[in-house]
Amino acid sequence: MQQENNAKKSRRDFIKKLSIVTAGTLALASCNSPGFDEFLQGNFKTLSKKEIDKIIKNLEKKYSTKYGKEFKVSAKPAIDGTLFGYALDLSRCIGCRRCVYACVGENNQSRDPQIHWIEVLQMNKEKGIDFSEANAQYNPDLVPEEGHFYLPTSCQQCRHPQCTTVCPTKATWQEPDGIVVVDYNWCIGCRYCMAACPYGARHFNWAEPNIPDEEINPETHYLGNRPRIKGVVEKCTFCIQRSREGKYPACVEICPVGARKFGNLLDPESEIRYILENKRVLILKSELNTQPKFYYFFGV
Amino acid sequence: MKKISIAIACMLFLMNITMMAQKKNEKVQKVVFNNIDTIKDKAITSPPFSEGIFPCSRCHLNHITNPQKRQLIIHDSISNMFNHDKENRWCLDCHDSKDRNYLRLASGKLLDFRESYKLCGQCHGDKLRDWKVGVHGKRTGKWNGNKQYYLCVNCHNPHSPRFKKLKPLPPPVKQGLRGY
Ligand code: HEC
Ligand code: HEC
Ligand code: HEC
Ligand code: HEC
Repeated sequence: MQQENNAKKSRRDFIKKLSIVTAGTLALASCNSPGFDEFLQGNFKTLSKKEIDKIIKNLEKKYSTKYGKEFKVSAKPAIDGTLFGYALDLSRCIGCRRCVYACVGENNQSRDPQIHWIEVLQMNKEKGIDFSEANAQYNPDLVPEEGHFYLPTSCQQCRHPQCTTVCPTKATWQEPDGIVVVDYNWCIGCRYCMAACPYGARHFNWAEPNIPDEEINPETHYLGNRPRIKGVVEKCTFCIQRSREGKYPACVEICPVGARKFGNLLDPESEIRYILENKRVLILKSELNTQPKFYYFFGV
Repeated sequence: MKKISIAIACMLFLMNITMMAQKKNEKVQKVVFNNIDTIKDKAITSPPFSEGIFPCSRCHLNHITNPQKRQLIIHDSISNMFNHDKENRWCLDCHDSKDRNYLRLASGKLLDFRESYKLCGQCHGDKLRDWKVGVHGKRTGKWNGNKQYYLCVNCHNPHSPRFKKLKPLPPPVKQGLRGY
């Protein structure tokens, strides 16, 4: 555990030193051969409505041709008056991993090499939440297992995200509804954000992502589950393509025990507010002051 | 010294009272929650009956009720699995003895199977309360609109209510623990 931390830190330091020299080269090297247009495209946040419309149209055409089915790429902005929050009931989760694979399918995560935005950690009941005791590889015939509880992790959607502040190209930021997003066209693959994230919630496409055509989900959002390319970082977006349409994230819908709760923190009538006001709630690594909008609670 | 500690004790006591009052207020407000009783279009999953079992009256109309605890012949799987507070309970605590198409509350009121959550709520009031606000159990639909509730019996067999274990999906390809 300690060792891992150290390893991480030195890697981070190393990249830091390296960065200043190579930032320029990296930007060029990782352009992943999109069209020249795409390469010159401005930062998503600074684009006009007209520019966005044009980019979206081009992307839809490109993806539709590539995957042989009609694609939708939404650029729907945040809904006014929403701040998304998530709560997970640790007293219910049985560690069945239905959420992991629902997320992979919904969000077009690479199958090989494998990327999982959700990782479920098996914990020891006697030890409580102790990451040095956590095991992600558990694989019994049936869950839950005697003496264990399960803690699924994913992006904690921090109010004070450290990942966004370290990004040299401003390719990742927090949206007005609280979702931390990545613009894959601006990501240069430096992975500072991954080093800065205390939750290990960001993932890097080391190789060209691989998804069987028939399993591609063509309902996408520009800042979310649209197909990625080699060399970019990706992460959970609370299913931005669903949540901004009023739907629950895929992991919430699949959970067979109903442990996953999602809603608007600004709405005093939402289930999420009820939980914050009535249940025993905790956040991970609170000492870091990242202020997650992902809460864990005990529903009992 | 003594005076100070008494003063502190008084302060703590007062703080306690104000905190309790606040808690109470919160509880009162919670009643007007976006819950199943106030939702306009109340949508609940339909009862997960086995095929062909409903209406029960198909067989029970002319069948003489036997209230004895026993091994059943027709519903043998139910009497075999039955472990829901077994010592104190039997079929007709929940099913109406005269009209088998209905459940029955302790008050004697008949209850449609689509409202079986009210039956459960008689004994599990805390769970019913959390269920109504979407915290226990599950709702699908829209986080900012109409929702569909899963019935208690979608997850808990009323005759053997412990949530059944599941086979987990495969673990991730080993990459070591993430940043923890
Ligand atoms: C705690 C209350 C309760 C008790 C006790 C109870 N039941 Fe039920 N039973 C229910 C509820 C609620 C349903 C409806 C389930 C559904 O909606 O699918 C049900 C459903 C059934 C069904 C239909 C099952 C199916 O396959 O769809 C049968 C038959 C039945 N009960 C028989 C019995 C018998 C026989 C006993 C006694 C051994 C019994 N019940 C005891 C609550 C109870
Ligand atoms: C196929 C015919 C059939 C259907 C349909 C049927 N039952 Fe029965 N049920 C029986 C028979 C026969 C018995 C008596 C079994 C015995 O004594 O071993 C019985 C017994 C019971 C009993 C035990 C008490 C008693 O009266 O003996 C309950 C409770 C019961 N049934 C509930 C239900 C409910 C609820 C449904 C509908 C969801 C249902 N049954 C549907 C045939 C049926
Ligand atoms: C008449 C009272 C009564 C009613 C009605 C009732 N229960 Fe229970 N239930 C109990 C009692 C008592 C226990 C605890 C004893 C036990 O575990 O057998 C219990 C236990 C449970 C448990 C925990 C089981 C376990 O092994 O952990 C669940 C889940 C449950 N009930 C669900 C339901 C559901 C769903 C309904 C409605 C279909 C329901 N109950 C209706 C009295 C009731
Ligand atoms: C989406 C599935 C789901 C629904 C719907 C659901 N429950 Fe549960 N419930 C669970 C799970 C999972 C547990 C924990 C495992 C267990 O003890 O069975 C649980 C536990 C319980 C317990 C045991 C006490 C505890 O806190 O562990 C009771 C009692 C209970 N539920 C009653 C109800 C009642 C009453 C309803 C309907 C008003 C309901 N449940 C609806 C999934 C569900």
